[in-house]
Amino acid sequence: MLHGCLLVCAFATVAIVCQLAAAQPVPPAPQARFVVVLDAAHGGDDAGGRLANNQLEKSFTLALSVRLRSLLGARGIQVVTTRESDAAVEPEKRSEIANHAQAQACLSLHVSENGLGVHLFASSLSPAQPTHFAPWKTAQAAWVTRSLALEGVLNSALQHAGMSVTLGRTSLPVVDSMACPAVAVEIAPEMGPDKKAAAGLDDPDYQARVAEALAAALVEWRSEAHQP
Amino acid sequence: MIPRHQKLLFGILLLASLVMSVTLWQLRERAHQRLIAGQDSAPTSAPEVAAAEQATLLVASDIDGSMRTQFHSLPLPDDPGSRARAVLGKLLDLYAAPDAAHSVPGGGSSVLQVFLLPVPESAAAASVKPKSAESSSAEFRANKPSAAPREQPQTGPQLAVVNLTGSFADSHPSGIATETLTLLSICGTLHANQPRITQVRFLVNGQTRSTLAGHADLTRAYLAGDAAPAEGMQP
Repeated sequence: MLHGCLLVCAFATVAIVCQLAAAQPVPPAPQARFVVVLDAAHGGDDAGGRLANNQLEKSFTLALSVRLRSLLGARGIQVVTTRESDAAVEPEKRSEIANHAQAQACLSLHVSENGLGVHLFASSLSPAQPTHFAPWKTAQAAWVTRSLALEGVLNSALQHAGMSVTLGRTSLPVVDSMACPAVAVEIAPEMGPDKKAAAGLDDPDYQARVAEALAAALVEWRSEAHQP
Repeated sequence: MIPRHQKLLFGILLLASLVMSVTLWQLRERAHQRLIAGQDSAPTSAPEVAAAEQATLLVASDIDGSMRTQFHSLPLPDDPGSRARAVLGKLLDLYAAPDAAHSVPGGGSSVLQVFLLPVPESAAAASVKPKSAESSSAEFRANKPSAAPREQPQTGPQLAVVNLTGSFADSHPSGIATETLTLLSICGTLHANQPRITQVRFLVNGQTRSTLAGHADLTRAYLAGDAAPAEGMQP
């Protein structure tokens, strides 16, 4: 009789514990990984273009990469950079870093005194179906459609920030070998209402606005990527 | 005492000198009269090597990253390669002008040669747009019927190999936009004037080079038809 009562109590206890466990809130599923690759173009012996006031493109792109990394980090976005100092990095190595990161967005950062506003370039490769093994020189072909979508998001954010944007397609060896949505961003002096340069590349306010707009675009891109 | 035969020889030489002096004086006078009478036969105008024809140039602008079609009257030779070189020379002359919207130093002498080769059939099938190429070709022939290539095959797409000078590439402004515009405008201009040109490759001083000025890839073949203004860079 006593054994029977103990068994009933034990079963009741187990049932209550199970119900309590079931009533606990389910922890949310971890969000999908979102990584951005920032490629500061040039570096080391490759100075890139020569800008006004004897600035070098390699220095400017590195400064922009560092600034953008901070902005994205503050928004909870994981960032991988191709260089953190004035070091020469081969184009193949840059693409390799991006491909190893399995990033959701890759930006190749450039600066030029030619033209006005911000120039956005996607690869000029024809879109192709993804394959298990992609040719190195045309790996971007399977991602061109996504790259064009990323270019559109960047365009919207930059125009929302009041900047003049030029869209184009080009053939850059670094971008053409990237297996991720990739866009080359080239920053030129800001265009004024009279279609002449309103702010130079060395204007800190202009630099900050460009970096903020790019960061906002990548946040928007993340939210689109996480939509079911 | 001077011998007689020496006196005679001296007299003959003196007489010959006098005759030559008079003749020289007369020739000089005749030449002087001819100059005064405006009978100079020296050429006053350069010889015409080819008839002037209308060439279509795709001219780039850095301001909005666009390419616009311009028509220029140029003396164009019959040989397709020389013809392509002449058209590109004019295009690069426009870019070297002080007020150019797409400023690139170098000018027309920056194009060393343009070689035209048949495109391999497998590559041609992927790149040719037969309908548009045919209609453009008809317009081109209407401009000058005798301009059809004589030594090249009469049909089929062509690959143009443009050999640029090293000084042109070295002095080209660095930047994705400016380099891309230069290459696309060259490709588009070649295709607009010789629609059989469907692909373009670039050499610098006869050698392959990785990029034009640090950005645009020079190791690949460009599809010339893709450089049409409507499909180019637009704001």
